[in-house]
Amino acid sequence: MGALEAAPAARRRGAVRNVLRGAASPVFFLGPAVLLIAALFLAPAVVTVAISLTNLSVATGLTHYRWIGIGNYGLIAHSPWLVLVLRNTVLYVVATLVLFNVGFALVLAILTAHLSDRAAGVFRVLWMLPRITPSVILAMMWRWFAAEPPYGTVSQVLGLVGIPGHNWMNAHPWAFVVALNGFVGASFGMIIFSSAIAGIPRDQYLAAQVDGASAWQQVWRITLPRLRWPILFVTAYQTLSLLTSFEYILLTTNGGPGFYTTEVWSLYAFHLALSNYFGNTQFGLGAALAAVLVVLGLGASLVYLRVFRFGELVAAPRIEVN
Amino acid sequence: MDVVLEHVGKQFGRVTAVEDVSLTVGEGELVALLGPSGCGKSTTLFLVAGLYRPTSGRILFGGRVANDATPQERGVGMVFQSYALYPHLTVFENIAFPLRVRRTRGTEIAERVRRVADLVGIAELLPRRPGQLSGGQQQRVALCRALVKEPAVLLLDEPLSNLDARLREATRAEIRRLQRELGITTLFVSHDQAEALSVADRVGVMHGGRLIAVMTPADLYEHPPSRFIAEFIGTPPMNFLEARVEDGRLAVTGVAPRPLAHPIPPGTYVLGVRPEHLELAADGDLRAEVFLVEQMGREWLVHAACGDASLRLLTGAGAAVTVGSRVSLRLVWRRAHLFESQSGAAVPFGLADAPR
Ligand SMILES: Nc1ncnc2c1ncn2[C@@H]1O[C@H](COP(=O)(O)OP(=O)(O)O)[C@@H](O)[C@H]1O
Ligand SMILES: [Mg+2]
Repeated sequence: MGALEAAPAARRRGAVRNVLRGAASPVFFLGPAVLLIAALFLAPAVVTVAISLTNLSVATGLTHYRWIGIGNYGLIAHSPWLVLVLRNTVLYVVATLVLFNVGFALVLAILTAHLSDRAAGVFRVLWMLPRITPSVILAMMWRWFAAEPPYGTVSQVLGLVGIPGHNWMNAHPWAFVVALNGFVGASFGMIIFSSAIAGIPRDQYLAAQVDGASAWQQVWRITLPRLRWPILFVTAYQTLSLLTSFEYILLTTNGGPGFYTTEVWSLYAFHLALSNYFGNTQFGLGAALAAVLVVLGLGASLVYLRVFRFGELVAAPRIEVN
Repeated sequence: MDVVLEHVGKQFGRVTAVEDVSLTVGEGELVALLGPSGCGKSTTLFLVAGLYRPTSGRILFGGRVANDATPQERGVGMVFQSYALYPHLTVFENIAFPLRVRRTRGTEIAERVRRVADLVGIAELLPRRPGQLSGGQQQRVALCRALVKEPAVLLLDEPLSNLDARLREATRAEIRRLQRELGITTLFVSHDQAEALSVADRVGVMHGGRLIAVMTPADLYEHPPSRFIAEFIGTPPMNFLEARVEDGRLAVTGVAPRPLAHPIPPGTYVLGVRPEHLELAADGDLRAEVFLVEQMGREWLVHAACGDASLRLLTGAGAAVTVGSRVSLRLVWRRAHLFESQSGAAVPFGLADAPR
């Protein structure tokens, strides 16, 4: 047989295949991803933690900073605004998540699941619009929307029924901060939940109808239990994005009105580190605040995994890799 | 409870899924709906269940019009082709589901679930989840869920089609036993003619959304009213030979013309003969050349070519046939069927020298 006296080229190819099959293959396949993760995620994290251990600021410049150990963390712990900013952060994240990113997204997904495909598609695209609108434009729109008479849309409309106008965003800053973020964020959960609902076989609902389940019982006993994993995913993912995203607050209330009324952790870090009123931006302190935020995010994720009993949700791998 | 369908039709937009179906399922009777895939069997079942509303006709339960009644008001239990078990619930909770949604007391639920699980023989599976069960076990759980509410009418949509052959036979016997024992009015859907014939008191054959015959299994096999039914029912399938009627004689391709006992309008016809009604004989009606012999244990299925036609016949194991051999075949005329070649309708006939 020709295969026995294989040509050298074929033998070399065989050797490459053997290396791939051997110990080298995991390195070969994982290498690029590991490099990317190291360069884009690990390195910045290390640098952030390193900076958080210095007193680096505009005043010290890049030459005169000192290593001050955990001094910045001490400052944070003893800050008189710690409780206020933490409370604001929790309020912001929980209210936006519960009311919009998960709650409203679920309602939208379940309602659109009962529409015809075309109507549901139009509806979903409408809800995607805020997501693809530049955030500055959206924030400006909402500011005009909420402005005092004679400009604000809300004031104009309410003026027609005799309700005196004022700046609604100043009057109800939290309502606007939460609604604006939720307005943008709800579409994410809606898409995830909609596709999960579409994956539930129709027979399950027919069987439930035969068994006399009302529409509400079908949602409660069939749809929602099967959305546990998507809900966990959206909750965890959106918690992390809400914790770190502050652009809409920056562009609308900028932490106000008044003193730190809507100042959340990430905005606080931004103000201290990059946009200080006094011009002395404290990079070290800002980095420490960012590091604490990461820990907060991790803590929240661990709690979620517990609450949703993540272990049960993870199936054994479908394909065995060896 | 008896179920009556009167000229029932169902349209989905421009698609007519079911048309003018009239059927009576008597109290305690098991009727099978048989037909090829896409002929409207499931739609008919869903209409009876109350999941679909008929676009025409009436559906009566126990003599009362039930067109607008919900599935619960009709008191139906149903097993779906996919079983439709809830993967996030245990077997116990799956079976308990119909009772939970109507807020039955917990102790009563436990008792009834246990009773029906014992009846069907799956008591030891109650703590498991559907994902941990075999197809046959899932099928039984689905049956339990349908039976736990003690329905007046049981609806089964291809309940056996996802099981392997042996399990299918065991399960259809089991379904028959349960149905007799509980005396429950049952409508059973199947695309498998052997299954429908073996399990049902009567079989309704569907074709293109219409119910084209409702007969007992024996009548369906022995007196198929049309060529479609004759072809669809029986394995191995019936043989068909072109035939002509002329001058009071029946001329079948390859066979010498035979005189008819009663006059039949002249024209072209199709003669149908089941494989067990073609026999090897020294001086048969037609000659053929064997091209394939399938040994199926007790019997052999012999394929033979006669002109353009390909014939199948059943012989006892060990018959003197080999591939390539020429054989002479005798038709059992008394058991042959004649169909109009255009409409396919059965035409009663008898030969003068072979009375039926
Ligand atoms: N919900 C529906 N919408 C549109 N057409 C349907 C629907 N359900 C069934 N049909 C059509 O009706 C016909 C009969 O379907 P079905 O009752 O499921 O057939 P079977 O159960 O005999 O395989 C098919 O042509 C199918 O495409
Ligand atoms: Mg079907």
